[in-house]
Amino acid sequence: MGVAKYIKDEKDRITDVILQSGIHVKPLYTEDDLKEVEFDYRKDLGNPGEYPFTRGIHKLGYRSREWTTRQYTGFGTPEETNKRFKLMISQGQTGLNVAFDLPTQMGYDSDDPMAEGEVGRVGMAVDSLRDFEIAFKDIALDRIGSGLTINAIASIMLAMYEAVAEGYGFSKEQISATPQNDILKEIVGRGAWIFPVEPAVRLIGDVIEYSMKEMPKTNPVSVCGFHIREAGATPAQEIAYALRIANAYIENVLERGYHIDDFVARFSFNLDIFGNLWEQVAKFRAARKLWAKNIKEKYGANNDRSMFLRGIFGGGQGGLTKQQPENNIARSAYHALAAALSGAQTTALGSFDEAYTIPTPHSALISLRTLQIIMDEVGLRDTVDPLAGSYFIETLTKQMEEKIVEEMDKIDAIGGMVTAISSGYIQKEVARQAYEFEKGIQSGELIKIGVNKYTEGEQKEVELHEYSDESAIEQIKSLRELRRTRNNKEVTRSLKALEKAARDKVNVMPCLVDCCKVYATVGEMTGVFRDIFGEFVEPRIF
Amino acid sequence: MSTKRIRILIGKPGLDGHDRGAKVMAHALKDAGMEVIYSGLHQSVPSIVKMALEEDVDVIGLSIMSGAHVPICKKTLELIKKEGLDRVIVVVGGVIPAKDIPVLKEIGVAGVFPGGTPFEESIEFIRENVHD
Repeated sequence: MGVAKYIKDEKDRITDVILQSGIHVKPLYTEDDLKEVEFDYRKDLGNPGEYPFTRGIHKLGYRSREWTTRQYTGFGTPEETNKRFKLMISQGQTGLNVAFDLPTQMGYDSDDPMAEGEVGRVGMAVDSLRDFEIAFKDIALDRIGSGLTINAIASIMLAMYEAVAEGYGFSKEQISATPQNDILKEIVGRGAWIFPVEPAVRLIGDVIEYSMKEMPKTNPVSVCGFHIREAGATPAQEIAYALRIANAYIENVLERGYHIDDFVARFSFNLDIFGNLWEQVAKFRAARKLWAKNIKEKYGANNDRSMFLRGIFGGGQGGLTKQQPENNIARSAYHALAAALSGAQTTALGSFDEAYTIPTPHSALISLRTLQIIMDEVGLRDTVDPLAGSYFIETLTKQMEEKIVEEMDKIDAIGGMVTAISSGYIQKEVARQAYEFEKGIQSGELIKIGVNKYTEGEQKEVELHEYSDESAIEQIKSLRELRRTRNNKEVTRSLKALEKAARDKVNVMPCLVDCCKVYATVGEMTGVFRDIFGEFVEPRIF
Repeated sequence: MSTKRIRILIGKPGLDGHDRGAKVMAHALKDAGMEVIYSGLHQSVPSIVKMALEEDVDVIGLSIMSGAHVPICKKTLELIKKEGLDRVIVVVGGVIPAKDIPVLKEIGVAGVFPGGTPFEESIEFIRENVHD
């Protein structure tokens, strides 16, 4: 998969394999290797469903329940997105994963000059509750959970989700949302940040605290190693950075006077399945163990559920190629296999045309079917953690654990993740790895079929999603109409209350729900925060 | 061909925050002996042109993944002309469909390097085309 270095002799025999995390793979593993890494079944693995949960958090794995499928979906207007949501659900998709356009992610209304050319382009445009009412119309929000891919203003979108559900007759106790709500990874790898680190992390804490009290089925944070890996980090760095980012959020909530068992069981993770198959499986197994240990030993949790590393393991878009794009269907199937062998609770795949743009219905359905085939046809539901006990996998899992700990120690030596990110250390490290990877691809040292091996001259045309200016015009028209027809006195009142809460450092969530219900816009609510918090100043280093 | 040390500003215009490609290019150009300044994310065209002026660069390299490359490049070239920065050349990288390359050249973009272009190709182009 172009993600390990293969050293070969003159007869094309492989003499060494070096995984991205720096581990050398041997040609043969025996019980001696397990002895060398001091493998101990009880201590290192335990049975599935038992501490340290290396083999999985549920006793019976996929026998008790297949994974949730959640393809990333959203574009244009809320009407168009609602139609696509319904299509995916009618085809057997079991959860939603909402894509927002860039102006929404950055807290701008669709008619803001900053939004020009971007409305509805990479996701759905959302200006107010009116848009959510259209997008989630006729969707059983008590049955279908929704991932909300939003970070800097996750608080606003979760409040809006509560408001829309209530309007459709679903209580906040019934609904299950997973706002991504991970601002530190945005600073490292995806770039949709707005506020400085301290108030940004405070907003993350507000969402976690509010969910703990009011929305018991909601997962208030999805810590994304995914985007850090896609930005260039090695698999070991991906896990190390994600676990340390999670700790930064934990500490914000603990400072509010809660016990770890009060809230951490609802944490979830979004991790990447791009990479060498064995390294991926070992990575997830080591990650579950390290998270459980962290929660139990560092924070003194007593409840097993607090120690579960649950998550969406998906995507792998970085592994997809523009060249010979249909080959990505095969690549994604292997990504799905890696996710299943790793015990993912939820999954999603990059669609074959995603190296170009957001998927068509055709390509999105191929991804969904790939995930369904893995569960229903191939045998991945037969038995839990099927690779356990392999001399190779167990040795590699121990080695990955060591590599991840090494990376975590580096962060701790700097003074924790907030410092490591504010100073730009992590961003620099990730960019360096991205450069090394690109050099490897360009030199042919890392093989990528269709890119640097078995290339074809002519690019094949594929049918792509077309961006429509008309959706943007439509969106702006309905936003302007909303501003004319809503009760503007109520909007002003609710925004004032929000401003006070933000200044007084009390939890802003109840005020945001109130703002959403009277149709305050995303730009107005974010504007309140911008005025009080200011904006993050990025270290311009590479 | 220029022999002095080339100064290049890598600019990320617009709201898109995917800067992997921009940073990878920054590293490659630096390794090739150029002086590289990175604009950081979420920049407007005027702020990028202002930076180019202040940093006295020879080249502006825009990294655009959002699909809005044509209007952004148009604006940049217009502003450069207005500011009298005619000696600065503009090159573009990112997600650029082949059909848009002639459109960008028509606007005045000197070179277009879609994702995956070999480093040497972009580096050589800049060396050959930068104004003395």
